[in-house]
This record gives sequence, structure tokens and C-alpha cells, in this order.
Amino acid sequence: MLSSNVASENIGDFIYKKLAQFFALLVLLLVIVMGYEMYIGSQLSIDKFGWQFLVTSTWDPVKEIFGALPAIYGTLVSSFLALFISLPLGLGVAIFLSELAPNWLEKPLSFFTELLAGIPSVVYGLWGIFVLVPWLRNSVEPLLAKHLGYLPFFKGVPYGFGMLAAAIILSIMVLPIISSISRDVLKSVPDSQREAALALGATKWEVIKIVFSNSRSGILGATMLGLGRAIGETMAVTMVIGNRALISPSLFDPAYTMASVLANEFTEASSDLYLSALIELALILFFITIIINIAARLLVWSLEKRWSNVK
Amino acid sequence: MKIKLFLFAAILLSLFSNMVIGQVQLNGAGATFPYVIYSKWFDLYNRETGVRINYQAIGSGAGIRQVTEGTVDFGASDGPMSDIQLKKAKEKRGTEILHIPTVMGAVVLSYNLPSIKEVMKLDGKTVGDIFLGKIIMWNDKRIVELNPGVNLPHRPILVAHRSDGSGTSYIFTNYLSKVNTEWAKNVGFGTAVNWPVGLGGKGNDGVAGIVKQTEGSIGYVELAYAVQNKLQYATLKNKDGYFVKADFNTVSAAAEGASKNMPEDLRAILTNAPGKNAYPISGFTWLLVYKNMNDRKKAESLVKFLHWAMEKGEAYAKDLYYAPLPESVIKLCEKKINSITANGRALK
Repeated sequence: MLSSNVASENIGDFIYKKLAQFFALLVLLLVIVMGYEMYIGSQLSIDKFGWQFLVTSTWDPVKEIFGALPAIYGTLVSSFLALFISLPLGLGVAIFLSELAPNWLEKPLSFFTELLAGIPSVVYGLWGIFVLVPWLRNSVEPLLAKHLGYLPFFKGVPYGFGMLAAAIILSIMVLPIISSISRDVLKSVPDSQREAALALGATKWEVIKIVFSNSRSGILGATMLGLGRAIGETMAVTMVIGNRALISPSLFDPAYTMASVLANEFTEASSDLYLSALIELALILFFITIIINIAARLLVWSLEKRWSNVK
Repeated sequence: MKIKLFLFAAILLSLFSNMVIGQVQLNGAGATFPYVIYSKWFDLYNRETGVRINYQAIGSGAGIRQVTEGTVDFGASDGPMSDIQLKKAKEKRGTEILHIPTVMGAVVLSYNLPSIKEVMKLDGKTVGDIFLGKIIMWNDKRIVELNPGVNLPHRPILVAHRSDGSGTSYIFTNYLSKVNTEWAKNVGFGTAVNWPVGLGGKGNDGVAGIVKQTEGSIGYVELAYAVQNKLQYATLKNKDGYFVKADFNTVSAAAEGASKNMPEDLRAILTNAPGKNAYPISGFTWLLVYKNMNDRKKAESLVKFLHWAMEKGEAYAKDLYYAPLPESVIKLCEKKINSITANGRALK
């Protein structure tokens, strides 16, 4: 029965299906080949440093001692801080645009938020150096040090360049991703839901709560996309983070991210071990991205499951 | 339709025209620092002779790798190849790699102290101690001693350095290693090092950006960059004990001083060179060429170009803010260029 079906299927359809399948598999292959190439390229460094590479914090190209911990720390902290700043902002923008904004305001506002996503990161970096950093140094950081200086996060000399500047730049870059995707997700909730809630006497705020809980998984996805962008961002961060392999709780201190190390040092790395250590760093970045994506997937699944159970 | 066909033919023709006329095309890759003058040279040379030279400014380290792998006809680097790298390249390519100096650059120390009108004077030991984090205030007595009568502020020093691997860092750290024993022991020199203190900026503009904006900061940038952007920079005490301001003449003087006992392979590092006028943080940038090439035509045009660069090209250096090679060094280069062979036989 089944085979006769296949036979009667249009040959064109069959070829098309196989071709599409092939292309889809190609993506998977690409990821595997990339991972494999990086693994091979980092052999030298893996053999030499082993797990020590992940937990030591000296990065000395002259003596050829490499430890990736400060870069891993810097990447994660700057990205999550950025998310911490941009998530509430982005959600606020999304809720306003989808639920509250009048029509004449919604279109231009959405356009401008999406425009933020299109600005090249080097422009963000330049803006960071010439506007954000002086502002942080002269106004924000002294203020933070004065009022919250007893916290370890706001200790040290405020130079402007450092973790805080990087996190703020990143949060601005992540904002349009979170807000525009979340807006689309919120908008995709059918109007019948809103009408039903209103008909039952819900206030505007309660309606938004209902719409919001309907789109949790989509918003989570948007957040993860934003996080992915923050982790991989290179140029703008490199320009303001101060580029120092340092683990410090203070947000005023310079730091380093994996992507910045690669962008800074890859072209001039001439010794084999140095190059290999850099490739291993790329491999770690690759893994962290994969892990975060998988975690996001799992979270979305579990939320969806719980949601369907509730229903 | 006809127009499309015509366009297609035109594109094909332009693609093959090089082969039709039998022109040679040379490919090179490496250092970014000399990119401006190299592209000027290649353009002029192309107009004069029709030989096309493609140059990719991908960084010295990458240039060395490409030469070692044999994917280019020549490489370029701001730091000389190490003995190990040369040995490896020889094993892989079956021929030696020659270093041909082309132009020179210098590294200057730019600082931001608006209250100081005088040009600051520094020496190597002090600069080393500042970059080691041992001197942390501007009115430290070691800086005051070098600048008698200057009212240095009681202000912390912020060190700015390059975060990207670069020939500039190579020359600078090499100098510090020669004049500051603690630097040599704890940090060493290279295109990227483990900086004891300070903020890292990407590129000359990154470092200059930090220095320009932060009062009390000091950082090192290429002389060409400092001149173009009118940055203030310190005079340095040289090996013979004179305070020297960096400019094209004092950089060339450093090469002059070093040329007397230049190593045979021209891998001379000019830092802390002798000579009354020699600016101490100067350095060559090199083209890396194969001593023996397999393609006779390519070898001939490369050698012709190198001679052209030495005889005519150097004249363009100053306009583009590079220091030209002194006569004594050009002579040594010409000799080296003449030793290039194709398939083991000398070129005419």
C-alpha cells in the first residue's frame, strides 16, 4: 500500500524532498565539521594543558602559558548582565508596542527598535568609546561608588572602560532582538483571548498578564537569542571592555571575553601552541553556545508541557 | 540579451587578459603596519610595469604562517621570524626565507597631562617601571628626577596598551626587555604579552582613544599615528644618554647606528640602538621572501620589484609617515635581493 503510494508520487516531488533533506542535513554536517576542525586544531593545547585550561587564569603568550578562565568568566558575566538590563526593558517595549500603543505610534516605534538591530557593532563600539565611557567615568561610576561603594561590585578606580561599559553596550545591542521578537510573539496571541478576558471583566493589566503567560515560551526563546548575540558579540565589546585577563567582582574593572581574545590575538599568533590555545578558546565558545541553546530548548519544552497540562 | 552577452564577454576577457598578455601576478600577505606604503608601491609599480601585486594585510603572525605554508609568493612581518619558525619553514618549503627590511617605524609614548606644558622626558627604566605597575603616581621621584622644574601632578598613572597582537607591541616590549631587567624577567617581549597593569585598547586608535580621554594616562602608539593625530609624546633617553624626540631623522639614525653590526640575515631589532641621534624604540618592517623560487617568471618580477622599492620606493616613505631606510641598509638589502634564485640558478 505504502510502496504503491510512493511509486505514484510525482518524481519531481520525490527529488525535491530528497534535495531539501540533503540541504537540511548539510547544516548539521557543517556544525559537526566545524566542531571537529576546532577539536583537531586545539589538540596541541588540549594535550599540554588538559582541564587546567578551563580553570587557570594566566594568559601569557610570551611564556606560552594559557588559561581561559578569565575569558570564560568575562563572556558569561558580561552577557548575563546585559540580559539583566535589557530583558525588563525589552519586555516593556514589547508589551507597550503590542498591547498599549496606539496605531500611529506603534509602526514608527517598531521601526526604530528594529533599526537598532541593524547598526554595525563597530559603530556601537565607537559610540561606546566617545559617549558611553566618558559618561560612565564622569557621572555614573562616581555616583555608584559614592552610594553603593560598600558593595564589591562598585569598588576600584572608575575608568569608564570595563565590565560595566561592556554590559551596557551589549544590553543596547540585545534590546531590539528581545523586544521585536517578543512583540511578534505577543501579537500572535489570538484576539479572542483578549476579548474573552475583557468580557469576563478583566482589567487591562489582567489581560496583559493572560496574554503574557500565553507567550512565555516564545519570550524565553527571544531571550535566548539575545543571550546568544551577547555571547558572540566581539567588536563593540572589545572596544570598551579594557581587555584584561582579570577576574574581579568589581564592574569598574577591565575584563576580557572569549570573542575579544580571538579578535585581538588571532592574526598575530605565530607559535603553534598559541594558535592552538586560541582555537581551543573558540571551541569552548562553540560549546557554551550549544549548551545555552540546548538549555533554552529544554526550558521551552518543559514550559510548553506544563502549560498544556494546565489546559 | 545582447548587452548581457557583451558584458559576459567583457568580464571573461578581463579575467583572462592577464594570462593573454602573459603578465605575472604576485600574491603577498602579512603585516598591517606597512600596508599604506605597500599599497602605494604596488599601485605605482603596476602602472609602471604592468605587474600586479596583491597584498592582504592580515597581520604579521598570519603573514608568517602563510609564507611557511607556501600559499603566498611573499610575506610581510613587523617582527622577525624566530629561529624555530625559520627552521620549520625551511623544512616545509625546502628553501630558506630571507628578511628584506623595507621601511621603519617607531613607537612613541603618548600621555595626557593637561597641566604640563613642557614635553615630558622619560628613560627606559622608568617607562618599564610604569608599565610594570611599580611607579603608580605621576609625581614619583623617578619621574620628577628626569623632569627637573616640571610641576608633576599628584595623580595616579593609568597605563594603556594594545590589546591586539601587533608589531607595535613587539618593538615596544622588546625595548623594555633591553632596558629594564625586571621586565625582561617577568614579562618578556612578543606581539602580545601578559601585561602586568593597565587597560587594553584595540589598535592604535583604541590606545589613543583611552589616552585622549583619560587624564593621567600614558600609552604607546606608532609614531605615524601620533604625528597624523597630533598627539603629544615624550622624548626618550637613548643608549648614549641623550634625550631624543622621535621623528623620521632620529628613526633613520637608529638604523644607521645599528647597520654597523647588522646581522647577516638582516633580522636586526633596532631598539635601544647606539648613536647620539638614535631614537631608541625604532624598528624595521620586513618582506619575507623565498631564497629559491620554483617559478622563474615570478622570481624575476619579484626581484625587479624589490630593486624598484629600494631605488625608487623609499622616496615615498616620508609622505606616508614612515621613516626611509638609510643608504647603508639599502646596500645590504640589495645584496640580499641579488641572492634570490629560481630553481637553484641565479637570476639575470
